[in-house]
Amino acid sequence: MRFSFTEEQDMFRDTVRDLLADVCPPDAVRAGWDNDDGRVPGLWPALAEMGMLSILAPEEDGGLGMDEVDLVRLLEETGYAGVPDPIMEHVAVAVPALAEAGASGHLAAAIAGETTCTIALTGGGDYVVDAEGADLVVVERDGGLVAATEYRVEPQASIDRSRRLGKLVAVDSVDPLSGADPILANDRAALGTAAQCIGVARRLLDSTVDYVSERRQFGKPVGTYQAVKHHLADVRLGIEFAAPLVHRAAWSVAHPESHDVTTRARDVSMAKAMAADAVDRACRAGLQCHGAIGYTDEYDLQLWLKRGWALAAAHGDAPSHRDRVADALGI
Amino acid sequence: MDLELSPRHLEFRDECRSWLAANKPARPLRSMDTAAGFEEHREWERVLFDGGWSVPGWPASYGGRDCDLIEWLIYEEEYWLSGAPGRVSANGVSLLAPTIFNFGTQAQQDHFLPKMASGEHIWAQGWSEPGAGSDLAAIATRAIRDGDHYVLNGQKTWCSRGAFADWIFCIVRTDPEAERHAGLTYLLVPADAPGLERRPIGRLDGEPGFAELFFDDCRVRVDNVLGEEGQGWAVAMAAAGSERGLNLRSPGRFMAAAERLTELVRTLRAEQREIDPRRRDEVTDAWIRAQAYRWQTYATAARLMDGAELGSEASLMKVFWSELDLELHATALRLLGDRGELAAGAPDAVDGGRWLDGYVFALSGPIYAGTNEIQRNIIAERVLGLPRR
Ligand SMILES: Cc1cc2nc3c(=O)[nH]c(=O)nc-3n(C[C@H](O)[C@H](O)[C@H](O)COP(=O)(O)OP(=O)(O)OC[C@H]3O[C@@H](n4cnc5c(N)ncnc54)[C@H](O)[C@@H]3O)c2cc1C
Repeated sequence: MRFSFTEEQDMFRDTVRDLLADVCPPDAVRAGWDNDDGRVPGLWPALAEMGMLSILAPEEDGGLGMDEVDLVRLLEETGYAGVPDPIMEHVAVAVPALAEAGASGHLAAAIAGETTCTIALTGGGDYVVDAEGADLVVVERDGGLVAATEYRVEPQASIDRSRRLGKLVAVDSVDPLSGADPILANDRAALGTAAQCIGVARRLLDSTVDYVSERRQFGKPVGTYQAVKHHLADVRLGIEFAAPLVHRAAWSVAHPESHDVTTRARDVSMAKAMAADAVDRACRAGLQCHGAIGYTDEYDLQLWLKRGWALAAAHGDAPSHRDRVADALGI
Repeated sequence: MDLELSPRHLEFRDECRSWLAANKPARPLRSMDTAAGFEEHREWERVLFDGGWSVPGWPASYGGRDCDLIEWLIYEEEYWLSGAPGRVSANGVSLLAPTIFNFGTQAQQDHFLPKMASGEHIWAQGWSEPGAGSDLAAIATRAIRDGDHYVLNGQKTWCSRGAFADWIFCIVRTDPEAERHAGLTYLLVPADAPGLERRPIGRLDGEPGFAELFFDDCRVRVDNVLGEEGQGWAVAMAAAGSERGLNLRSPGRFMAAAERLTELVRTLRAEQREIDPRRRDEVTDAWIRAQAYRWQTYATAARLMDGAELGSEASLMKVFWSELDLELHATALRLLGDRGELAAGAPDAVDGGRWLDGYVFALSGPIYAGTNEIQRNIIAERVLGLPRR
C-alpha cells in the first residue's frame, strides 16, 4: 500500500502543465470560439509530440504504454487550463478502445495527432463533443463499439462555447471495434471527466483566492471576511477529498486483475460523484466571491464556470453516479 | 502507486481480526462517561494491552508493536469493524502521548507511557476554561512556582471524563506578566493532587462525562512540566495536528459506521419497510464520503512516511470527519423515521438506541478539538493563504 505518485509521474504532470500554460492561455481558448472547430491552434500536435495522446496505447503500437493512474493527473491539468480540444474523449477512451480492438490504422493516426477522435457513449447522453471537427467517433451501439468515420451531425450550441456539441443524425460508414469493451469505455469516460472536474475546480479556487486577496471593500481585502473565507475553505475541502477518489478509481480501472466490473464501476462512480459535487461547489463559491465581475463574459472566470457546469453533468451527474454506487453496494 | 495490501499487511490484518474476534467483550460495555462504565472500559484497555493491541503504533519497549502508519490504519479499520468498545484511553494516547514522545524527558517517557498503554493511567485533557474556549491562549489558571512545586489556582471546564481520570494534562499560566501565548506551561497533574476539586457536569446525553476542575492552592511537582516552562503553547500546538487529524479519528471508525448504515437499509428492506430514494441517495453519499476520508488518509500517510509533517492540513481532516460523522448518524435517524427518537431502553429502540447515541455524540464533533469555524479560518488563512486582515 502506497498512495502516492512517482517522481516521473510528477515530472510528466509538470511538463504538461507548463505546456498548457504556454500554448493554451485563456486568450487562446477564447480565440477558439470564433474558429471553425473551437480548438486552440498548435495544441494538438504539441500534445502528440510529448506523448500525451498515446499514454494508453501499448508500446508495441508506438504508444507510451502507461495506464490510467498516469493519465488522470494530466487530465486534471487539461481541466485546469480549460483545454477546449476533445482531449479526454480522445486520450482516455478512443485511443485505448482502438488499441484493444486492434484497429491499428486508426490507432496510429490518432496517437500521431493526425486525427482527432471523440466518443458517443450511452453514458454520455445524446450530444457528442466536437463531433463535427473530429475525424472519428467511437460510437456505442448494439452492445458494442464501432468506429464511425463518415457521419452526419446536427450542431447543438452549448453554454460553453468551447464545447462544440452535435447530435449524430446518421452514421454512414463504420468499422466494428470488436474486442473493445463498451462498459469499460463508459467507465473511462466518467473517470476522465472526473479528473477534469478536479482541475476545473482547482482553477476556480486559485483564481478566486487571487481575486479576493486583491479586491478591497470597506477598506480591506474582501478575502479577510470570514464569510468569504469559509466559502473558499469549503471549496478546498471538496477538492481535497474528491481527488484521492479519482486517483483511487484510476487504480481500479488500471488493475482489472484485482478489480471486477462491479468494483470498478463503484470506484469510478464514487470519483465522479465527489468530483462533480466539488466542481459544482467551486463554481458557485467562485462566482459568489467575485461578485458582479464574475457574472460578465469579459472576465475569464466564466470559462471555468461554464466548463464546470458542463463537466459536472457530463458522463453522469453526481446523483446518477451515487445510484450506481448504491447498486454496487446492494442497497 | 500501489493500492493493494502486501502479503505482510494481509497477514497483519488477519492476525488483528482474529484477535479482536476472540477477545472483544461479548456484550456492549456501559457508557464510559459514567463511573462504572469508565472502569469497565479500563479493564478492556488492560485486555488490549495484554494482547499487545492497546498501542500498536508505539515502540515495543513501551507496550506497542512498532507498527508503521499503514499497519496502524489497518488496525484501526479492523478495530472499529469488529464492534469493539470505544477507547477510554484515546485522549491520552492520541493527544498526550505524541507530546510525551516529542518533548518528554527520558524519565517521563519511562514512567508515563507504559502506564498509559496498560490503562493504569487514564488521562483527561484540561485545557478549556470558562473564559478560554476557541481563544485558548486566554487561559487564566495560574501556576506560581514555590520551591519544587507549582501552586495552581483557577478553573478548568469541559474536561472529558475528568471526574474519573487518574491524570490530567493541563495548560496553565506560569508567567502572568508575559504576552498571551508566552507564559503558558504544559503541566501533568495527578487527579488526587491536594487542592484539586472535580465536579462532574452532565452532558447532552445526561451522563456525567464533563468535569469542572477547581484548583485551590493545588500543589504539583515541577518535574511534571512537559517541555520547558513558558513553552506550553508550542508544546501543545505541536500535537494539535494529531488531535484534529488522523490520530484521534482514523477512517476505520467512519467506515464501520458507513457499513452499519448500509446494513440498516438492508434490514429495513427485509422488514418490508419502504426506503425513500432520497434516503438511499443520502446513505450512499455518506458511504462514499467515508471512503473519501479513507483514501485521503492513505495519501496523507504516504506523505508522512516520506517525512512530511501534518500541518494545517489537519484542519481539513477535522472538518471532514466531524461533518461526515454527523451525516452518517443523521441519515440513520431519518431512515429510522419515528423510531429514530427512541432512546436506549425503549422496547422498540433499534440496536439499543445506538444510532441516537451516536448522533448526539456526533453533534459535538464540530465543537471539540477546535470548532469547525476555527478550522475553516485555518484552512482559509494557512492552507489557502487568504489575508488575515
Ligand atoms: C464533547 C466535548 C468534549 C470536550 N472535551 C474537552 C476536554 O476533554 N478538554 C478540554 O479542555 N476541552 C474539551 N472540550 C471543550 C472544547 O475544546 C471547546 O468547546 C472548544 O474549544 C470551543 O470552545 P467554547 O465551547 O468555549 O466555544 P466558544 O469559543 O465560545 O465558541 C462559540 C461559537 O463561536 C464561534 N467562534 C469563536 N471564535 C470564533 C472565531 N474566531 N471565528 C469564527 N467563529 C468563532 C465558535 O466556532 C462557536 O461556534 C470539549 C467539548 C465538547 C463539546
